[in-house]
Amino acid sequence: MRIELQRRPASSGLFSLVSPLLALALTLIFGAIMFQMLGKDPGHALYSFFVEPLLEVWSLHELAIKAGPLILIAVGLSVCYRSNNWNIGAEGQFTIGAITGSILPILVPQWHSVMVLPLMLLMGAAGGALFAAIPALLKTRFNTNEILVSLMLVYIAQLFLDWLVRGPWRDPKGFNFPQSISFAPEAVLPPLLDSGRAHASILFALLAAVLVWFMMRFMLKGFEVTVLGRSERAGRFAGFSARRMVWFSMMLSGAFAGLAGISEVSGSIGHLQPSISPGYGFTAIIVAFLGRLNPVGAIASGFVLALTYLGGEAAQLSIGVSDKVTRVFQGLLLFFVLSCDTLILYRVRIIFGSGRAREAKS
Amino acid sequence: MKKLIIALAATAAALGSVVSGAQAQEKTKVCFVYVGTKTDGGWTQAHDLGRQELQKALGDKIETPYLESVPEGPDAERAIERMARSGCALIFSTSFGFMDATVKVAQKFPNVKFEHATGYKAAPNLATYNSRFYEGRYILGQIAAKMSKKGEAGYIASFPIPEVVMGINAFELGAKSINPNFKLKVVWANTWFDPGKEADAAKALIDQGVDILTQHTDTTAPMQVAAERGIYAFGQASDMIAAGPKTQLTAIVDTWGAYYIKRTKALLDGTWKSEQIWDGLKDGILTMAPYTNMPDDVKAMAEETEAKIKSGELHPFTGPINKQDGTPWLKAGEKADDGTLLGMNFYVEGVDDKLPQ
Repeated sequence: MRIELQRRPASSGLFSLVSPLLALALTLIFGAIMFQMLGKDPGHALYSFFVEPLLEVWSLHELAIKAGPLILIAVGLSVCYRSNNWNIGAEGQFTIGAITGSILPILVPQWHSVMVLPLMLLMGAAGGALFAAIPALLKTRFNTNEILVSLMLVYIAQLFLDWLVRGPWRDPKGFNFPQSISFAPEAVLPPLLDSGRAHASILFALLAAVLVWFMMRFMLKGFEVTVLGRSERAGRFAGFSARRMVWFSMMLSGAFAGLAGISEVSGSIGHLQPSISPGYGFTAIIVAFLGRLNPVGAIASGFVLALTYLGGEAAQLSIGVSDKVTRVFQGLLLFFVLSCDTLILYRVRIIFGSGRAREAKS
Repeated sequence: MKKLIIALAATAAALGSVVSGAQAQEKTKVCFVYVGTKTDGGWTQAHDLGRQELQKALGDKIETPYLESVPEGPDAERAIERMARSGCALIFSTSFGFMDATVKVAQKFPNVKFEHATGYKAAPNLATYNSRFYEGRYILGQIAAKMSKKGEAGYIASFPIPEVVMGINAFELGAKSINPNFKLKVVWANTWFDPGKEADAAKALIDQGVDILTQHTDTTAPMQVAAERGIYAFGQASDMIAAGPKTQLTAIVDTWGAYYIKRTKALLDGTWKSEQIWDGLKDGILTMAPYTNMPDDVKAMAEETEAKIKSGELHPFTGPINKQDGTPWLKAGEKADDGTLLGMNFYVEGVDDKLPQ
């Protein structure tokens, strides 16, 4: 006996829409069982995980802070993945964007001007794009694998940042601790509202999502991305260049990651330090896929993932479960989304009898 | 300024009484923020053991919620703010990297008390606390000089920050007080917690000929390597005797529990003040693990030094001390002040390494 996945002749439109909700519901049910097994009241636990963080204004700000970089990076990645280019190194582009964006406030702190902040953001995005151009260059010129190259560049970026803040960019008045000087006020992204810390990063994310959605839906470039992603050969017949698409998609996603990096450093941290990201660049990959590689979907999934982080903390404090529960929840969610999606496109068939006999015949 | 201090003290006292009034209905929350997991076997575990001790001692009056694996950066600010909002009266943030986040949240919540470990920024409601690890390391140095046949020890260091440099110097000074020609080799692992890298560093040092190891990183890997190669070593942060029953001479053990109990009691009494506390062996914030695997005379010497440091008779950084390049630093009888120690970025004479700058 064996189990096979068979492609369905047609997939249900209704279930394509319902599937993320179904996945969410299954996650909640299994989460409740998990809490029950841990000896916690499941109702209270789920409440503190998914509802409590949404009840207070300051917490909504925190949600926006957390979701901002996730969405911004995921939007870029979704274009990249649609075009069949696999940029796994957004974390590195995020880091390099943070570094190049910080050049002005760290090296010329005496320059006070309203131009500082826009230039920082621009330089951050440019830094991220250029760093993503490395795997693009290697792929188009030497046919290297962009997954490996972009991933390994993450470590180079992180070690470079580490070296900078321990070496040349270290705050001379900081007791030798690995930190740059604090940014001057005009180099800091201001809070949007008085009620909390949320800054412009979430606006950049939403704007990027809408622009990319528009591009994918109504512009030739979007069509080019889709066609080349589905079939490079078909794209060539239409006169599209797969090479140029590698450059475009890698650098676009790199620019968004770099912008997210400098926004995070300027808005949330206020200086450079050895670790500036809790893995946004990697989590954004999950966000992109949960959003089905659709920029607008990335907004929703970005907020959901951000919520699991905040909820994990709230649950740790109010019911005393381990922080590992957050990871388990994220894992459950991803698992159910992917399996629901799979079951829309495929059906499970159990084949009785010896599979080996069949293989022998064929 | 004086008026301000009086006003602050009065506010603190008033708050204290409010807190002790409320405890009849609800327990006071004393909260902890950890950078690692509470079972990391090193730094965070030592803090969590302290928290458990506190819970045991004052459990009828307080609760001790905690957050583990909080990344240093913007997440720390949110985590600490969440604690402040959830009704924590006193919050211990237990990693250097939480410093700026703790400062920011402390500004927003003037009625909540904060204590930040190993940092240097304080506020009226933000105290700092640290342990004089160097006192223990001086004793380790003395033992090393007695036990080493070659007169050479290896030091696995984490990051070239003042805390670590100070520890290296204290070890060398202790060793030189026994053997003036004692040499100390240093390897920078650039990590606090990485068994693989730490083991590699230990092997590299042993291959260079040292016959005693000490570490300022958190895993037991160097101890295990030392045990395999049949040389002696010292434990760090926790008693690591289980990893090297025939190898560990002693360990400097972080025992934060006494400190946490002291400060929580002060909070409950309403006598909590923002202070820059730097406690040592005599306060019980640092403890020497049992002296093992050594002859009785070495053990007696170590115990004597420990007693002298506790009584204040001996300060490890007492002149004459020269810097590494031979230029004088402290005159005979002169003691280093805390400010210099906390910003230390040079080696003393006898350290066989170039300090990364």
